[in-house]
Amino acid sequence: MRGIVTVIGKDHKGIIAAVSGFMAAGEINILDISQTIMEEYFTMIMLVDLGDAKVEISEIRKQLDELGSSLRVKISLTHQDVFDAMHRI
Amino acid sequence: MIFSNNEIFETVQMIEAEHLDIRTITMGISLRDCAAETGKAAAARIYEKIMRKAGRLVETGNAIAEEFGVPIIHKRIAVTPIALVAEASDEESYLLFAEVLERAAVETGVNFIGGFSALVEKGATPGDLRLIRSLPEALSSTERVCGSVNLGSTKTGINMDVVAEMGEIIKKTAEATAGRDGIGCAKLVVFCNAPGDNPFMAGAFHGPGEPDCQINVGISGPGVVKVALERVRGERIDVVSEMIKRTAFKITRMGQLVASEASKRLGVPFGIVDLSLAPTPEVGDSVAYILEEIGLESAGAPGTTAALALLNDAVKKGGIMASSHVGGLSGAFIPVSEDAGMIAAVERGALTLEKLEAMTCVSSVGLDMIAIPGDTSASTISGIIADEAAIGMINQKTTAVRIIPVPGKGVGERVFFGGLLGEAPIMPVNGFSCEAMIRRGGRLPAPVHSFRN
Repeated sequence: MRGIVTVIGKDHKGIIAAVSGFMAAGEINILDISQTIMEEYFTMIMLVDLGDAKVEISEIRKQLDELGSSLRVKISLTHQDVFDAMHRI
Repeated sequence: MIFSNNEIFETVQMIEAEHLDIRTITMGISLRDCAAETGKAAAARIYEKIMRKAGRLVETGNAIAEEFGVPIIHKRIAVTPIALVAEASDEESYLLFAEVLERAAVETGVNFIGGFSALVEKGATPGDLRLIRSLPEALSSTERVCGSVNLGSTKTGINMDVVAEMGEIIKKTAEATAGRDGIGCAKLVVFCNAPGDNPFMAGAFHGPGEPDCQINVGISGPGVVKVALERVRGERIDVVSEMIKRTAFKITRMGQLVASEASKRLGVPFGIVDLSLAPTPEVGDSVAYILEEIGLESAGAPGTTAALALLNDAVKKGGIMASSHVGGLSGAFIPVSEDAGMIAAVERGALTLEKLEAMTCVSSVGLDMIAIPGDTSASTISGIIADEAAIGMINQKTTAVRIIPVPGKGVGERVFFGGLLGEAPIMPVNGFSCEAMIRRGGRLPAPVHSFRN
């Protein structure tokens, strides 16, 4: 499956490195990234392929929550189909 | 990126901050093949069939929620109205059937099972009456079983004998659960024009015209609509309607996605998506707040019925294109105890029972989760039911009454049901009697369908 990861929080060094490192370690392939700073807020969107992921999605979600807390950002993971359904007819 | 940043953040924001969720995946199961000569044999068949069909329902719902990143709050079951299944048996009380539904609900892990029901809009059979008279004990001795009675329809008129009886049954149900503020009544819905594919409790049952088994999905999202309307403050009312339509479309598309996925994974046909806006007691997830965002100082103020009519219609217009099959109740719910904004409106004196009744003329689904004084007479409750059923009958829509005469409590006091059922201030009821009318019984004739005014 393909998922969309969003990362939002106050900007500091190492957020991209930590999140992409997490993906690499979990065999999650990053297909696209966009990142910007909006009024001091770091925002990143990643399109990822979870086809080869090492662990179940529930576990990935839990680990992303923990990673988010340690980086002081909010990380979400949502199935690409949800965005397709909502924004494409 | 295949989606714009705005699109992505809009969706994530809806789910994480604005309480967008799939309110319920409800599996409808026909129990018509479970009738038997003895109650014991029928109960065994019922248990076996529910377990066979819904054994994986909760697990599948949870897996979809995890995978899609969309909360699915409830997984529930609706069954054939039990009166239809139980009538062939030799049982005098149908408590046994409520107990087997409870056991199946606990075993499958669903939090409610609906269908301890009877369809008596034109007349009641002995089995229907046995079911109705079993309701107080069935609802007080089980936790998860929900009951309903359809006592009127546009085609048949209103069964006033059952209207009279239901006033008594609601009183008895409240008394049987007096230790918990009459909570048994929160699991009992009295309908006119009840749909057989409604996924929402407490009124869900699997209608006689439905297939053997199907998946119905109820969406939610009052919070999302409220936030969307904040962006068009002060604009003309047409803009409000457009904004609600767009939002409803998006919400419903997500509902359709989850419904299709659940249907595929469970190997059960997809039935309908119910377009209702269902509030929860959580702050920010309120239909009343939407009405206030449209421009009312408080829900209940003059203009409330018009604002609700606009909301209800726009939700349907937006939602219908987003789903292949729409059904169930499909409208904005206005339960008092389950909506923080409605509770506040009652407490500040802006919202009365009579205004709520007017609001049910333009929205689903009726007088819902309303606490009234425990000393309200059975005939007055029957009068409230008759009024609500008449609105449904004349307007060709579903209406319902889920009302709780709280034992030992009066106006100004509060009741706490807890969880999703919320809490409610006890509302005053018009004290003039309708007893002589209710005592007449009989059948209120079906209305003429021409000369509509």
